[in-house]
Amino acid sequence: MLAASYANHRNRILMLRKFAKAELNRLLAHLRSLGFTVLGPKLEDEAIVYGQVDSLADLPRGYSDSQQPGKYRVSQAEHQFYFEFNLGPHSWKQFLFPPRVSLSTAQLDATGWTFETPHQPAPKLAFLGVRACELAAIAVQDRVFLHGPYVDPIYQARREAVLIIAVNCTVAAATCFCTSMLTGPKCQAGFDLALTELDDCFVAEVGSQRGAEILEAITTESATPPEIEQAKVREQGAVEQIQKSMDTTNIRNVLLDNLEHPHWDTVAERCLSCTNCTMVCPTCFCSSVSEVADLSGEHVQRIRQWDSCFNLDFSYTASGTVRNDRRSRFRQWLTHKLASWHDQFDSSGCVGCGRCITWCPVGIDLTEEVAALREPPISNRRLPVIEPPPTICHLPRSPVDPHAAISAEETQ
Amino acid sequence: MRPATASAPLEVSNDPWRTWGVTVKRLVDEAPNIFTIELAFNDPRVASEYRFEPGQFNMLYVPGVGESAISIAGQTSAKTLQHSIRAVGSVTRAIQRGGVGMQLGLRGPFGTSWPVATPSAPAAVHDLIIAAGGIGLAPLKAMIASVVHNRTQFDRVSVLIGARTPADLLYHLEYDQWRQAAIDVQLTVDRPDDGWTGQVGVVTLLLERLTLPHPTATRVFTCGPEVMMRYVAKSAESRGIPSQNIWVTLERHMNCAIGLCGHCQLGPEFICKDGPVLGFDRVRRWLSVYDL
Repeated sequence: MLAASYANHRNRILMLRKFAKAELNRLLAHLRSLGFTVLGPKLEDEAIVYGQVDSLADLPRGYSDSQQPGKYRVSQAEHQFYFEFNLGPHSWKQFLFPPRVSLSTAQLDATGWTFETPHQPAPKLAFLGVRACELAAIAVQDRVFLHGPYVDPIYQARREAVLIIAVNCTVAAATCFCTSMLTGPKCQAGFDLALTELDDCFVAEVGSQRGAEILEAITTESATPPEIEQAKVREQGAVEQIQKSMDTTNIRNVLLDNLEHPHWDTVAERCLSCTNCTMVCPTCFCSSVSEVADLSGEHVQRIRQWDSCFNLDFSYTASGTVRNDRRSRFRQWLTHKLASWHDQFDSSGCVGCGRCITWCPVGIDLTEEVAALREPPISNRRLPVIEPPPTICHLPRSPVDPHAAISAEETQ
Repeated sequence: MRPATASAPLEVSNDPWRTWGVTVKRLVDEAPNIFTIELAFNDPRVASEYRFEPGQFNMLYVPGVGESAISIAGQTSAKTLQHSIRAVGSVTRAIQRGGVGMQLGLRGPFGTSWPVATPSAPAAVHDLIIAAGGIGLAPLKAMIASVVHNRTQFDRVSVLIGARTPADLLYHLEYDQWRQAAIDVQLTVDRPDDGWTGQVGVVTLLLERLTLPHPTATRVFTCGPEVMMRYVAKSAESRGIPSQNIWVTLERHMNCAIGLCGHCQLGPEFICKDGPVLGFDRVRRWLSVYDL
């Protein structure tokens, strides 16, 4: 019924249903019966991270978090909500673009090497509690891994199998700036269901045929106008709590026109090049492949692992390392994320989730760095001068046989 | 060699991680620490379907050691693929040690190619200047071979080759063949030895002395150290060659070769898929920034 009406009306009406909170347990059980492993927020090691969620009891009910540059704390709060917190260090990236995955194998036998790229069946995953900025981050990675000239087969298989139950934020952390990046806090697209948690029920927006179908497995009713109004008020609460902002006006050119701005030196003095920002970023996609061989050396796996542009050997070439100092590595990260990403993927690489700010051990805040880079340079950095190649011969005055020797004067 | 299964379809382009088995058929020392290998595909079906354009590269794979991006220097009459390699890292040293008969993996070809006019899309007849520094001749060699093959499409063709010492000149046995195709091959070295009767100095000096009757219809293709390519471009522009007629090929760390691992970025460019051959106009801004 619900599914049929979604199919008929999806372009014309927003389907808002409501269901009692206990019904979420039945929804999770239904997803399991369909073969899904449900992943959602859990309290572990004093942080809210993503892991397997089998029932409502696994969710961090009654907890809230407090975030500042370089600071994250979770504590019990005076509420009974299941989703009244913001983002922890995990993002959904780890399930679509695994931190460590086998790409291919090489086996040696009497006839030589055999190379295989085994087809790896994707796990059937359901994400519970995906926030608006995280939907945007998944869409950004879709552009990287699915919409370029080469498709990543591992990401593609996992992405096609995933079911997404989003949750609208009702609070905001001090590090959130999704409103600047136009990604949230309200979930707009890219979900099967989007929930807004009220005092005693969830209001559910249906975002796909599949979302409508799974909702049919539990008891729902049409959301009443007061409930819809209450959901809007709760969602607006998150908007009003957002304090941080980033001016994105012409940001691509502002950054790429200021590659020698003295502020890069200032931020390099603080940056530890620890890679935390790239590990918690939901869009960073850099990786490296390493060889893992058994003791015989005859069975080799190629393992792809997350890498970071903050690592010194990331830019290593036969001619040397390109980015030798923290200044050039931080500049690469920030200009890629906020500027050249536009050239490459026609979007920003930043969704305003604020994780890089919270999890930076020294509290570097990219919104403040951008503001500083917008200021006129105080002094011009002394640019390294690249000397022309040494001239060690005198040119003859008139055209000569090009193969004739010409006088040389060693200057070295 | 693995027996081919006649009915199984090839999926050369579907999976970017698909690796083909190849065997080193020949190894020639070119210069100190630089050697050229000739690779034959183990599967004859792959050999018959494999195509590349001059300027593209392959990822050569030594199981247990790793991959290295190596430009395709050419193809022999026996359809083996030539790669010239400087033994400088663990993969390239392992290939050098392995020698003839070594089994390798190969993914490719990847990247962009030199925009020479092709028979299917002939441009106006134009002049070519090909400027190479050291092992930078390798990514240009297959293109020179195609120019020799389609020589009538071009008017004046100059190949300017610079090297540190006479011993560092690559492919010297081929120069006569190029000259026979009416290509002006000029050589220069930084440090001559006792037997050297040729020119001494940087390769841009050869370019500065070239007669350029049609600068606006001249294309420049260059490969070598970045500083050399910048000066080749500067010199070419000073001679009236428009910057959009100048192409360079760039080296960055290439790990995936398909624009998905992030290593090879130069400003907005992924050198592996947007390059390695790039219009100088497009990258000059980024090449001028130190450590970008």
